[in-house]
Amino acid sequence: MASAVPLILTPPPVPNTPGLEKALLTSVGLGLVALTTVAFDADAQRAKFSFWVALTLIGGGTLGWAWRHFGQGPAGVRHNNLWLRGSTGRGAVAWLTAVVLTGFYVVLYWFSSPDDQGNFGPLNQLVHALDPFSQALRHKPSDQWFLYGTFYTLAILVMGGRALWRYRHSPYQRVRTVSVMFFQLGFAFLLPGLLLAFQRPEYYFSYFWPLKYDYLFPGTVGYLLKDGGPGLGVFMVFWGVVMSFVGTPILTYFYGKRWYCSWVCGCGGLAETAGDPYRHLSDKSRAAWRWEVRIIYAVLVLIVLLTALLWLAASGAVPALQPVADPLSRAYGFAIGSVFSGVIGVGFYPLLGSRVWCRFGCPMAAYLGLLQKHFSRFRITTNGAQCISCGNCSNVCEMGIDVKQYAQRGEPIIRAACVGCGLCSTACPRGVLNLENGPREGRYQSSQLIHPDSLRILS
Amino acid sequence: MHLVIIGNGITGVTAALTARRLQPAARITLVSDETTHHFSRTALMYVYMGHLRYPDIKPYEDWFWQENRLDLVFATATGLDLQRKELTLSTERILSYDQLLLATGSVSRFAGWPGQDLRGVQGLYSLPDMARMSRDTHDIKHAVVVGGGLIGIELAEMLHSRGIQVTLLVRDAHYWASVLPKPEAELIDQQLRAHHINVRYRTELAELLPNTEGHVQTVCTTTGEKILTQWVGLATGVTPNIELAKAAGLATDRGILVNELLETSAQGVYAAGDCAQHRQPGAGEVPIEQLWYTGRAQGETVAHTICGQPLPYRRGTWFNSAKFFNLEYQTYGRVPVVPAPGEESFYWQHPTAPLAFRINFRPDAQFAVTGMNAMGIRQRHEVWEAWLQAATPVQTVLQELGAANFDPEFFRQHEAAIVRQFNEQFPAQPVTLKRRRGLLRALQLNRAAR
Repeated sequence: MASAVPLILTPPPVPNTPGLEKALLTSVGLGLVALTTVAFDADAQRAKFSFWVALTLIGGGTLGWAWRHFGQGPAGVRHNNLWLRGSTGRGAVAWLTAVVLTGFYVVLYWFSSPDDQGNFGPLNQLVHALDPFSQALRHKPSDQWFLYGTFYTLAILVMGGRALWRYRHSPYQRVRTVSVMFFQLGFAFLLPGLLLAFQRPEYYFSYFWPLKYDYLFPGTVGYLLKDGGPGLGVFMVFWGVVMSFVGTPILTYFYGKRWYCSWVCGCGGLAETAGDPYRHLSDKSRAAWRWEVRIIYAVLVLIVLLTALLWLAASGAVPALQPVADPLSRAYGFAIGSVFSGVIGVGFYPLLGSRVWCRFGCPMAAYLGLLQKHFSRFRITTNGAQCISCGNCSNVCEMGIDVKQYAQRGEPIIRAACVGCGLCSTACPRGVLNLENGPREGRYQSSQLIHPDSLRILS
Repeated sequence: MHLVIIGNGITGVTAALTARRLQPAARITLVSDETTHHFSRTALMYVYMGHLRYPDIKPYEDWFWQENRLDLVFATATGLDLQRKELTLSTERILSYDQLLLATGSVSRFAGWPGQDLRGVQGLYSLPDMARMSRDTHDIKHAVVVGGGLIGIELAEMLHSRGIQVTLLVRDAHYWASVLPKPEAELIDQQLRAHHINVRYRTELAELLPNTEGHVQTVCTTTGEKILTQWVGLATGVTPNIELAKAAGLATDRGILVNELLETSAQGVYAAGDCAQHRQPGAGEVPIEQLWYTGRAQGETVAHTICGQPLPYRRGTWFNSAKFFNLEYQTYGRVPVVPAPGEESFYWQHPTAPLAFRINFRPDAQFAVTGMNAMGIRQRHEVWEAWLQAATPVQTVLQELGAANFDPEFFRQHEAAIVRQFNEQFPAQPVTLKRRRGLLRALQLNRAAR
């Protein structure tokens, strides 16, 4: 009976996609093709037309498909064939998606700065297609960052619609998804645009130092105070300081890291919506956890030191710092701000999962994580002895936490990484996990109904 | 001490982990012919459906075994010499032991139907079963599942995920009639209908007929129906795997007979989990328990006895859970299909959504609660454990019902509706709901119980 290789499962055929769904996915594909043609179209009018047609096809096709696929039939966990499909199981489609996404970021960051004639390189026609919209919202012409912001917001809204249908059986997921859509559209897109329209500094009230590191750099503070005027500029600086050092600890004390990472933050918003099809791809191994701890706290230390250094340099107390401060901050911006958070963070969604940046790189997540672990009322409670070690919770954890290690031992889950997306609780087939805020006393108390072995599992 | 454990399921592994904790120096060997590493049997369905991959259902990463000095042997135990305390393996290796734990689990139980050995007919218990099912259901259009229990509906859900049309044969008039009261079973029937499963109640398998190639083609039922199909899943239960124990001369009946210390008829040999049959089960308890939870509890208990800290097996307050397609089920305490004599049963069901709640209690014993079923509502294990242990009056339980609520945030709370209906049905002692959901109260109850 013993066979040498216990299990080689032939991948079964994935059921055929129904006709209408196929048509809607084709529309998304045509939209992507149309969008590509915009970049190469010499005729500005035609390019503009193709651009809007493309967005309509992509947005409409995605929403229509999501409505057919997730919005119909009984509501519940929909993970059938998740690991078997190429698109979500690191197949050819996933690799292609990753290459396209990564390529887009490379072009955006390094090959689309406007030249003297206002030409945005390969993205030129795409950028100019947004001119009328940009004029209407911001009273100024479009640029590559406005194009990126528009794509980013559309991705969160459209894929947010998909998430709403997919998780329609869970009020927690519905409310949370609406929250990230709201904060992206309002606080990270429309409001900064309107500020520009009123000739005020473009300020994102939903991003704080150390994620938005330059908000507490002397250069940005000086600029905000100057261009924002005595009222608004002071308020912006005040808001930034208060949210980083007062608001964040207080909110994290009551609700855990999740108030920011999976409810407000734009990076989190994109991960929870556009990245949702890839959340299971995060690495759950102990080795990955060790890398996480090594890297993320190093980034936090780096940005704290850099910020201190910039202020020291700006104060003029140490003249020798003047020449190094600026190159250092630019190096951080390149390596962490662009390569890590953008190219790797989003470009590799289809291969490494949706939270690579949040898990390994984000200094805000590191800061929130320390607060969550040591100064918070938040925990994920394990329900007595009901766990069957099935692994669904670990699978859906975008932060790569091996949730079942805790659940099968009856321990509450208190991990710095946890962003409180709640998917482990949603996916659990036995009602074992629940996100709760409660007294800190006895927060680590295990269930008495299971006797956790004291073996080295989590060290 | 060298402890050899046959079987690396939840029972064997829990025993190994507990023994490692109690005796850090012991040599511990786990023998299995199913897989090298322990996996979660209850999660096999998720691998078939593509939710998870095989490595995802391993509760521990592979380094865990070596780091904790648990030796894994991938082989079949073919012989057991009780005198010489030796085990013969299919690899021709001889393994001598000081203590032996048989945690050999179950095998699928078939009723001897004509045609049950045809190709395309199988049960679902082991990983090889699942691999075979995965292969044999490639590209098929229709399947028949026999059995109205947990595995039956699981098979139906698995096949449904691949777009295969399923006909489900259920012996009784409603689903899982040996365990669930009818109203709960009807909620599950709604799930079956919503997922287009054709259910034939009061119908059993009579005979399976092959096509010319010896593959199953026709299912004949006891109602005289002939169903053309391509694959048949038999989910009519499991029976203890006692082959090795029996051949070695241990006392067996349906299972390997054990006393309350889980000792078999031979000194130094123990049996626990699915394969064990208790000579004297506790009052109201069954002699053979085939659940994940009981396997885990027995594995932990027997390890204490093996390590010189004799511990009688006590089932404790009953609990179980399952999920039927999208409908979750949790139960605490005992809820018989029909209330026991002297017991009252209160049942609430949401007017439209698939949500239900049942509490059984004894009016003749200060209204003490005896058990509960929750469908589509999550309940806190610790709180119910405390209530049931303390024989808490149903009125107190309902007043405090929010403390047991384990649904995620923003979920609608139904305690008020439940209490309202209870007061209509039992107006003699009206209950006022005092507590809505909250972790604080649950912790207080928990602390008080300790």
